[in-house]
Amino acid sequence: MKVTALAGGGLVLGFNSLISCTNKSEAEVMALPKEWFEMNGYLKIGDNGLVTIMSPNPEIGQNVKTSMPMLVAEELDVDWKNVIVEQAPLNTDIFTRQLAGGSQSIRMAWKGMRTAGGAARQMLCEAAAATWQVPVNEITTEAGVLYHKASGKSAGYGEMASAAAKLEVPKEVTLKEIKDFKIIGTSRKNVDGLKIVTGKPLYGLDYKKEGMLIAMIAHPPAFGMRLKSVDDSQAKAMPGIKDVLTINSYADDYSRQWCDVSAFPELVVVVGNSTWEVMNARKVLRLEWEKFDDHTKTFSTFWGTSESIKVPGGLENSTKHTQLMAELAAKKGKVVRKDGDPEAAFKKAAKVIERSYTAPFLAHNTMEPMNFFAHVTDDMAELVGPIQTPEFMEKSVAARLGLPLEKVDIQMTRMGGGFGRRLYGHYLVEAAVISQKLKAPIKLIYSREDDMTFGAYRPAYHAKYKAALDENNNLIAFHVNAGGIPESPLFANRFPAGAVANYIAEEWAQESNITVGAFRAPRSNFIAGAEQSFLDEVAEAAGKDPIEFRLELLDKAINNPVGEKNDYEADRYAGVLKLVKEKSNWGTEQAGVHRGVSAYFCHDSYVAHVIDLVMENGKPRVQKVYCAVDCGIVVNPIAATNLIEGGSVDGIGHAMYSGMTFTEGTPDQTNFDKYRLIRHREAPAAIEVHFVKNEIDPTGLGEPPFPPVIAALANAMYKGTGKRIYSQPFVKELEKDIQAM
Amino acid sequence: MAAINLNVNGKKQTVDVDPKTPMLWVLRDHLNLVGTKFGCGIAQCGACTILLDGSSTRACQLPVSSAEGKEITTIEGLSENGDHPVQKAWLEHDVPQCGYCQAGQIMSAVSLLKSNPSPSDADIDNAMNGNICRCGTYLRIKAAIKTAANSSI
Repeated sequence: MKVTALAGGGLVLGFNSLISCTNKSEAEVMALPKEWFEMNGYLKIGDNGLVTIMSPNPEIGQNVKTSMPMLVAEELDVDWKNVIVEQAPLNTDIFTRQLAGGSQSIRMAWKGMRTAGGAARQMLCEAAAATWQVPVNEITTEAGVLYHKASGKSAGYGEMASAAAKLEVPKEVTLKEIKDFKIIGTSRKNVDGLKIVTGKPLYGLDYKKEGMLIAMIAHPPAFGMRLKSVDDSQAKAMPGIKDVLTINSYADDYSRQWCDVSAFPELVVVVGNSTWEVMNARKVLRLEWEKFDDHTKTFSTFWGTSESIKVPGGLENSTKHTQLMAELAAKKGKVVRKDGDPEAAFKKAAKVIERSYTAPFLAHNTMEPMNFFAHVTDDMAELVGPIQTPEFMEKSVAARLGLPLEKVDIQMTRMGGGFGRRLYGHYLVEAAVISQKLKAPIKLIYSREDDMTFGAYRPAYHAKYKAALDENNNLIAFHVNAGGIPESPLFANRFPAGAVANYIAEEWAQESNITVGAFRAPRSNFIAGAEQSFLDEVAEAAGKDPIEFRLELLDKAINNPVGEKNDYEADRYAGVLKLVKEKSNWGTEQAGVHRGVSAYFCHDSYVAHVIDLVMENGKPRVQKVYCAVDCGIVVNPIAATNLIEGGSVDGIGHAMYSGMTFTEGTPDQTNFDKYRLIRHREAPAAIEVHFVKNEIDPTGLGEPPFPPVIAALANAMYKGTGKRIYSQPFVKELEKDIQAM
Repeated sequence: MAAINLNVNGKKQTVDVDPKTPMLWVLRDHLNLVGTKFGCGIAQCGACTILLDGSSTRACQLPVSSAEGKEITTIEGLSENGDHPVQKAWLEHDVPQCGYCQAGQIMSAVSLLKSNPSPSDADIDNAMNGNICRCGTYLRIKAAIKTAANSSI
């Protein structure tokens, strides 16, 4: 990325024309200015007042590309229609936390990006004050215009930009009051909308460079295997093929970062002129595989500590996994939290309910398969493509190539989905290694089969719950035993911890050579559904309305909490339940409509769902989903609503239909013919989203709408079918009772 | 390799490729039209939907030789400025999240509205069921199709 310094300390960044965008028609857009003035790394102002704002974070469809620039534009005080947004490349000098994950982009950037906009506005005010020889505190701004009311003077930002850009960036910036927001809190359309609907090149898979070759990998067909031998004689002779080679993306002695998950570091690579030719050549590779033995891998965690993970040898089976998890759940796990005396409470209980819940591995299945462009020369590496963790991956690439960090350049393209899969950038390292070996620019692309069978899955999970009610139907004890392959889904300090006098949470894990990674709302994406389905059964056993039952418990957590480390704010949790109760007219029965409710807290946000379900020819159909969300200040309501709708559909879809299973280490599902995803016909007919209005700084939104919807669905299905389902995908259980699905 | 004569978005051109090459890869690798996307390669996801003589078809399963003598329309050929009624409806409803599936969704919708200008919810579901949206924008897609249906085409 070209960086040239201006006198006065500003930096002009070279902008890739592939990336700049506006969603306005040509007639509405201001003409491009003759000159741009860089105010800071986040924005530049043209001499005609047009503003370019950089969007620093990777875009996976969560629309930070619109909402993060809105933060800047608000405090800069410009008209949104005069804003152009560009995707920033990785630049650790200017930007912090260029990462898409943990639903943290807005939360972490809330103050910083507003300050960037406010600082530029202040520089413009100072420039106007100096030009007009008036005190700076008499300058006001509105929608890109500076005013000195007393003298009647005014000037557009474009006129003052040149002078302003020469000033020192202020250290102290006064930000707007929430009541004065003109952009934040208003609905703004997706800045890439027009480019998306007209098929412009936006995604990594679309990226092209002169002389670029196409590369595709071949990886072992099963987890627990590695490459034994290659006969590439036939493949090399196929039309359009340049080379066939074997690469090792991660050296055996390399201490991997947390994001360097890869079950298959040793890969065979076919390189050629075009995708179809490479696909055909790959089919005639003669490859042999062999099983590997138990070994350990060292990883550094997200926080920089070191961790040793055992990778067992052997070819694993889902049938065995199910059995193993049931056995482990029957034993004592590692106790993570204990309040009061659960054992005694269970002994004297009037009623004890115990249930177990399971869910399979899930593949992320971003619609755009893994891919990355790399051009590596002796002294630099140019990388372009879809990645949620460019700053982390830059380190792995630099280490693998033997290049210093400053010589590795990463440009982020818009991503056709992330969901956590693209945190794990092994494919960047692979592309870089291939390019370095071939001394040519290459685009590595994965087929859907390559992608779906590569790993980094959502783990398989098992949760066992036990509840004790006294003779007055009070919940006096709660026991959760949760585990998984290869990780536990437990959050020991979340509700109902803090609301039950006698509480015990324990966990276990079963190691595996199947690799896993964060999947939208890690751990929560399973445990919420299990817990909220269980609470529904407990409420029923207690003879209480499910919402009232939860509100009673939350009251206790508000007024007389048990223990100290209760990882949720009970009043906000109660708030979303009350909102969804109100908006769904909970308590009003409609003939043929079966209702289920659920609520959960994760990523600092609170979401409650009510699902209205109808039975059509004996099959459940979601008629309506009500969502009540507390995510603090909502930056862009139309985008937030879209995200919540999508998260709800995503949760319903995976719980109902999806799962990865394995036979002798080989995935049973390799494409969408076998791996089922929710489609148009199965989507809810309507979704209604309501936000709790408050002035809390924004909290997470990409992940929170997913976890609770699963239990709302299960609870509604129970009302409709009379049957509770304890294992996902739900459709498997339903198909046993229903003739055709 | 053979010389195949194509008519793509009204432009006549010849490509020199294996006649079995799927139209998807001819568009993306040889004609520099990358609006048509690769999602699965087995006609299960709909990301590669194009129009063949006005009717929706999955380009990943259409050998280029079968496209000879026919009219191919891709997302790039729907309009000059993104002002096809279906594109405008998509923007009005702010449909896309990641956006990757949307070109295919739009082409399927265009095909549906050509043959059924006033589709019911069930008609929409059936016509669009081959197009997966991993981000879950199905409700907005349906709303946009209804808006496009109600506008004059």
